[in-house]
Amino acid sequence: MAAQENALNDPIIMCEDVHKWFDDFHVLKGITTSFQKGERAVICGPSGSGKSTFIRTLNRLEEHQRGTIIIDGVELTDDLRNINLIRQEVGMVFQQFNLFPHLTNLENITLGPIRVRKLTRTEAEEVALSLLERVDIADQAYKYPAEISGGQQQRVAIARALAMEPKIMLFDEPTSALDPEMISEVLDVMRELAHSGMTMLVVTHEMGFAREVADRVMFFDEGVVIEEAAPADFFDNPQHERTKLFISQTLQH
Amino acid sequence: MEEQGLTQEIKPPVSTKGPGRWLKENLFNTWYNTILTCLALVFLFFAFKGFLTWAFTEAEWGVIPANFRLFMVGSYPQEQIWRVWTAIYILSVLMGLSAGLWGGLILRFVVVLSGVWFISALLPFDFELSTRGWCLGAIAMIAVSFFLGRDRTSLRSWILGGWILSFPVIMVVLRGFGENGVLTSRWGGLLLTLILAISGIVVSFPLGVFLALCRQSKLPVIRWVSTTYIEMVRGVPLITILFMGNVLIPIFMPGFDINQVLRMMLCLIFFSAAYMAENVRGGLQGVPRGQHEAAQAVGLNYVQTTLFIVLPQALRSVIPAIVGQFIALFKDTSLVSVIGLIDLLGVARSILANPKWLGLQAEVYLFVAFIYFVFCYAMSYASQDIETDLGVGKH
Ligand SMILES: Nc1ncnc2c1ncn2[C@@H]1O[C@H](COP(=O)(O)OP(=O)(O)OP(=O)(O)O)[C@@H](O)[C@H]1O
Ligand SMILES: [Mg+2]
Repeated sequence: MAAQENALNDPIIMCEDVHKWFDDFHVLKGITTSFQKGERAVICGPSGSGKSTFIRTLNRLEEHQRGTIIIDGVELTDDLRNINLIRQEVGMVFQQFNLFPHLTNLENITLGPIRVRKLTRTEAEEVALSLLERVDIADQAYKYPAEISGGQQQRVAIARALAMEPKIMLFDEPTSALDPEMISEVLDVMRELAHSGMTMLVVTHEMGFAREVADRVMFFDEGVVIEEAAPADFFDNPQHERTKLFISQTLQH
Repeated sequence: MEEQGLTQEIKPPVSTKGPGRWLKENLFNTWYNTILTCLALVFLFFAFKGFLTWAFTEAEWGVIPANFRLFMVGSYPQEQIWRVWTAIYILSVLMGLSAGLWGGLILRFVVVLSGVWFISALLPFDFELSTRGWCLGAIAMIAVSFFLGRDRTSLRSWILGGWILSFPVIMVVLRGFGENGVLTSRWGGLLLTLILAISGIVVSFPLGVFLALCRQSKLPVIRWVSTTYIEMVRGVPLITILFMGNVLIPIFMPGFDINQVLRMMLCLIFFSAAYMAENVRGGLQGVPRGQHEAAQAVGLNYVQTTLFIVLPQALRSVIPAIVGQFIALFKDTSLVSVIGLIDLLGVARSILANPKWLGLQAEVYLFVAFIYFVFCYAMSYASQDIETDLGVGKH
């Protein structure tokens, strides 16, 4: 309920009837929702339900074919200038980290600030080092991604996104590719980020994290949002049969 | 006590491999391997014995020094030879500066080069004194510029600019102006081979990268044009392209006086670029989609993504294929003799056509093969070195 009241205040992301097809395959079937500044939303749902596709349309890694998406007052269209503006405001963290293997961790982080935000190298390195400090791996700055663990790579990837000073952070299953003992170090960083007031959309199956951090949990199935609610309501009092089934299944594992 | 024993550090077993052990493990480890090794040794012995006897008793190596100038520069006029040396000196200065600044591979290269100049200056043939002087001068140029460039990072962009300008400048130096200069029809020998090979490599590489990018373009017209070009060039033998270029280029570009050297240069560039494009495309396809997406997600545009993320990864994964193409191009320059240019191989053939040197095919072709080999091997060596430097396969 709280989420709905807030949505009236200051939406930073507005989606209106968003549709997406891959060829003939209807992946997103009319998503209408909005997220306000500082909101932390967790998106969950069965595999293939369109969760990744949805958050990827928000920074135009995927193009939507119907409906409107407005990010911080700018509508996502074919206009390349708008796309670049929005990409600077929206950071993204991938399941497979996608660090640039030919650059050191530090260079991975400084690349965007130097080339896009036009900082000098010294300024960018200062920013990068303080971010590495923040995600607790300052000592790995001059190594290459292949030389550090998965959990550390994902933290570099988070630092890389933060270096662009985004207003919104998208996470697509950031811990799914990690060994169990590394999951918590990444979740800690995300928790800290959430407390700092960042707007975050997180696709994850980490229900503990959702319960603790999220303002809202959204449940996707077959390209539609079946149910959305504050985590307490969502987990303890799900309305839909599918949601109930999904929750009981995920909690078993 | 036992606990302590368990946690004691264990050193890796010391490897005791001497040469004797190596021989035993690799050449004589089984009875059939032993037989093979012995057979190979017998074969090598007879082959080498025959060759060495010939090389030291029968061969008339005098043909090489007697025609050394022809091998090096063809019929480039003697009184203008300072132009060639000027070109060499320009390159020496650039190489010396680069060696001082970057060290590593290029430093090793100039050391070897200085050695070659030094030996050349001392060769016991009847060179003119001036040639020996020029050789020593080249060493001096390298040495002086090496110390000038030493750790002078501020010179970096100047040196890079110098390299880019060096090619046109050297062409002008070699050609001179009008009647007082040296017509390109008189360029020949190793000089011509190197000019064709270097221009081919230096221009076809970026052109190939560009074609490969076009072939992956989202715009159908660009993709289509590039694909057609690549497939057409790859479907025609180089020798045909050289013949066609020789007659067609003047027709396509009337009003420009395009000499034969330039025509062959263009043909080699266009030919090599098509193959280069396919090599590069292989590398481009190997870059995972996630890399493009991550680059876009931090806000890089297409050009930046290509320059900073995609190409560095694509190119280093195909360094061996690219250098293979460079080497192939170097050797393919020998085909320009079909339209009458006298490159290194052409010189060899014209010498052999001279009754004075009749029957010395073996000596002359061996020498020519040796020169080709030295340059091609240098490229191969450099490519391995660059791969190690970039940590290919490691990160
Ligand atoms: N590039 C593509 N081309 C064609 N179909 C695609 C493409 N990307 C995704 N799909 C399909 O779209 C559907 C939704 O994919 P999406 O990746 O959004 O699911 P998801 O909810 O993130 O699932 P998961 O939990 O497995 O990551 C899937 O059936 C998938 O096969
Ligand atoms: Mg997904």
